[in-house]
Amino acid sequence: MSVVVFVEVKNKVSKAAMEAVYYGSKLGSVTVVTYGDSSDEILKELGNYGAENILTCRSLNESNDQALTNLIGAAVEKTNAEFVVLAQDQTGKGVGPRISAKLNAGHISGAIDLPDTSNGFVVKTNVYSGKAIAHVALHSAKKVISILPNSLAPQLNQKDANVEEFSPDLGSFGITVKELKSQGDGVPLPEAELVVSAGRGLKGPENWGIVEELADALGATTACSRPVADIGWRPHHEHVGQTGVAIRPNLYIAAGISGAIQHLAGVNGSKVIVVINTDPEAPFFKAADYGIVGDAFEVLPRLTEAVKKFSASQN
Amino acid sequence: MHNIFLINIGHLDINNYFSGLKNFNSISMKLLVCISKVPDTTSKINFVDNNTKFDENGVQYIVNPYDEWYALVRALELVEAQGGSVTTITVGSAADDPTIRKALAIGANDAVRIDADPSDPYFVAKQIAEYAKNESFDIILTGKETINYNGAQIGGMIAEMLNTPFVSLATKLDVANDVATLERDVKGGVEVVEVNTPFVLSAAKGMAEQRIPNMRGIMAARTKPLNVISPVEQEPLSSVVKFELPDAKSGCKYLEPENMDELVELLHNEAKVI
Ligand SMILES: Cc1cc2nc3c(=O)[nH]c(=O)nc-3n(C[C@H](O)[C@H](O)[C@H](O)COP(=O)(O)OP(=O)(O)OC[C@H]3O[C@@H](n4cnc5c(N)ncnc54)[C@H](O)[C@@H]3O)c2cc1C
Ligand SMILES: Nc1ncnc2c1ncn2[C@@H]1O[C@H](COP(=O)(O)O)[C@@H](O)[C@H]1O
Repeated sequence: MSVVVFVEVKNKVSKAAMEAVYYGSKLGSVTVVTYGDSSDEILKELGNYGAENILTCRSLNESNDQALTNLIGAAVEKTNAEFVVLAQDQTGKGVGPRISAKLNAGHISGAIDLPDTSNGFVVKTNVYSGKAIAHVALHSAKKVISILPNSLAPQLNQKDANVEEFSPDLGSFGITVKELKSQGDGVPLPEAELVVSAGRGLKGPENWGIVEELADALGATTACSRPVADIGWRPHHEHVGQTGVAIRPNLYIAAGISGAIQHLAGVNGSKVIVVINTDPEAPFFKAADYGIVGDAFEVLPRLTEAVKKFSASQN
Repeated sequence: MHNIFLINIGHLDINNYFSGLKNFNSISMKLLVCISKVPDTTSKINFVDNNTKFDENGVQYIVNPYDEWYALVRALELVEAQGGSVTTITVGSAADDPTIRKALAIGANDAVRIDADPSDPYFVAKQIAEYAKNESFDIILTGKETINYNGAQIGGMIAEMLNTPFVSLATKLDVANDVATLERDVKGGVEVVEVNTPFVLSAAKGMAEQRIPNMRGIMAARTKPLNVISPVEQEPLSSVVKFELPDAKSGCKYLEPENMDELVELLHNEAKVI
């Protein structure tokens, strides 16, 4: 069975790319399709997770939905693939549905596990904002699977990957990019494994230093509750929850956040949740693995110190 | 008042003569907003019939927040400024009509409902694309995702079916003549893009502010057109076999606020996340 895996590679192979390639290798023989100017050497690392062939379109340098859909479509045609696998990140949210419409293929949006093929082709995905899991069956001949980031642990599956230039007709681009306002080099929230988040309990934007210091000590990404983004204490891209970003990191530390149902909807996929709140009745404790009833202004700096001490002891 | 002037003369309508005084070059727009109904955000999520069906018992339905707060309101603002019309479209049953009326109360001019079960995203997209194909909309607006299905699929599929650009996760939208300028969330930042109409977008937070319908809007909505049409033939490409609820947390372990070394130790040795 032939599988096309679409990945984006910028300077290094991301965890999301490893996950997608590993997922694909469980379905069949993997041809990776990618674009941009990454070197053969970097691309060959994808072989560690099961890529056999890598098609790269070096003349394409921007993440354009229509161009990428045509690129993936051409790779599917070339390899006669039955599956397309990609990450459900910002690029994937544009490209996944398009490629499935192009191929008349059923689409799993946000797969959280490998498929169950004991009776048809069934994949689990989060629904109701993480409050439930649906088992979705695909009935089409071709199938497109977008993987929710950080859903499976990619394992090594060594293959000697071969890199090949690939420049099919990409059609019209439609969208012209005028400007990119960068958010900096940190790990983007949806891909972050460790997240430190704070809410209205922090009282004001000037107090975020203690949140950032803990995040720095852990190598974590920062997040916030919705009111905090709405009143402009923090940038909008940090807002997690039902109407913000949905995340599923390994560790989510929430300080001064009450744990409203709409907030939980975006974070309840986290593997471990730590809650710091002065109010022992805060609803967030019901969703927590570890709870500290205490003042964030004291607990956060103390936790930062403890993390630093721990990191030093590990070296 | 506004709506009385919505007589289309080709691509220009009478509205434009008024707004045109302010904005000489603007052309009135024909906008389509995709609206779906979802359980209220505080709903208890349970399943019945051997976990194959959502338990609707006691559940209140609302317009999907992204569709209502961002896509619909921004569409209305554009038409208020430049002239034109806002139509909503929904694939669903008569049970969707109250949420469709809500969208009309907020200000949409008319609504279309395609009378079919919306459970397969490809099917839904196909229905909307087939309808839109002959209507020459300037922009088709969808929400970022539905909060029950969270598929974020419909907009991109419609765009591919109509062979137009798709601006996903748009947080800002302005239109002058036939060119739209948008901001959208991309990996690692925000992109400013330009795109010619027609195109499809998915609306995320930031595009507009929620509007509460007033009494006049609610009264007017009762008599605005809601056209029910039949679906086109399309096999569903996916189906939900069953649902399950995630494992409940085994309970919270409380730690003394003084004892953060212990927390770090537990995160390392017990939870194994650091
Ligand atoms: C349709 C809809 C969608 C929504 N979507 C989202 C969403 O996506 N994300 C989201 O976050 N919210 C969302 N909300 C809002 C949500 O309902 C809550 O209002 C919001 O999450 C509360 O934010 P908060 O916890 O920061 O503030 P609060 O609820 O005010 O909680 C502050 C907490 O801080 C604690 N505290 C105070 N001082 C301290 C201290 N010194 N140390 C430690 N703790 C302290 C308090 O005990 C309290 O629990 C949505 C609401 C609706 C209706
Ligand atoms: N049944 C439906 N009828 C009309 N529009 C829909 C329907 N379902 C979803 N949409 C639109 O598609 C967007 C994305 O939905 P989804 O792909 O289900 O996450 C929603 O925000 C709506 O704008």
